[in-house]
Amino acid sequence: MTSPQPRIGVLRFPGACDDRDAFWALAGFDAEPIFVWHTETELPDLDAVVLPGGFSYGDYLRCGAIARFAPAMEAVVDFAAGGGLVLGICNGFQILCEAGLLPGVLRRNESLSFVCRDVPLVVERSDTPFTTRCEEGQVLTIPVKHGEGNWYADDELYAELQAGRQIVLRYAEAVNGSLNDVAGVVNERGNVMGLMPHPEHAVDSLLGSADGALILSSVVESARERAVAIV
Amino acid sequence: MKATVLVRPKHGILDPQGQAVESSLRQLGFAVDKARIGRVVDLEVEATDATAARAEVERMCEQLLANPLIESYEIELAEPQT
Repeated sequence: MTSPQPRIGVLRFPGACDDRDAFWALAGFDAEPIFVWHTETELPDLDAVVLPGGFSYGDYLRCGAIARFAPAMEAVVDFAAGGGLVLGICNGFQILCEAGLLPGVLRRNESLSFVCRDVPLVVERSDTPFTTRCEEGQVLTIPVKHGEGNWYADDELYAELQAGRQIVLRYAEAVNGSLNDVAGVVNERGNVMGLMPHPEHAVDSLLGSADGALILSSVVESARERAVAIV
Repeated sequence: MKATVLVRPKHGILDPQGQAVESSLRQLGFAVDKARIGRVVDLEVEATDATAARAEVERMCEQLLANPLIESYEIELAEPQT
């Protein structure tokens, strides 16, 4: 039996800078990454979508606020509504929050400083399509590099997310002022996830850590299962 | 019609920029407290009257100019000077 290469779209916005890293990392897990330009109004036939990091549209107004209106994002909203897997990394997380696909908002870091270093992350859930290869309670080392990663939700929303087990990753130390050290969240349906750390920058021990591989290979495997199911 | 939108961090929302500016002002010797930093958007809107213009700018705020989770907004309208 041949296992198909899942087709994973990598969105490219003007101002993105991690699109090639995400493309390269996904290809390394035997996926077929496909770049999708921001002006595309329709997505090609895909098993998952990754929104990479960067500074889409200069992060004008608020980070992610302009990218949300890109034609390709409307297609991503439809894709997510149909149950498609969507992973947002860093700026991709910010865009998903602005688009209303994920709860909360990413604000300026509490320190006002850009944070660029490896951080420890605790996996809160291993039963999402994005973390199947992780274990609950596992500590991953993955780099962050952001000025606006300070996730926030009001008390009511946060209580809802806790009850719905939508917090997937937390920082194991203070990083950016994020509410209760939230580093990654999933939507209620479980098919859209965003995280500030960059798994695509941690896929080989030569890069300092290979822990990001656990997340990206989870995504690829989940996408492959879907591809098989469709075939 | 000219409109000015003031976007502010909501009450109770941490505003590290405001805090940093406040601490700098204190270092300069000013007795200040509770500095908060927001954003001003000046724009011209095509509308027949002030009510319609305000409604239009409100939609802009809800959809793009402010993030209701963390920001509040105020709209000021100015009649065109003749």
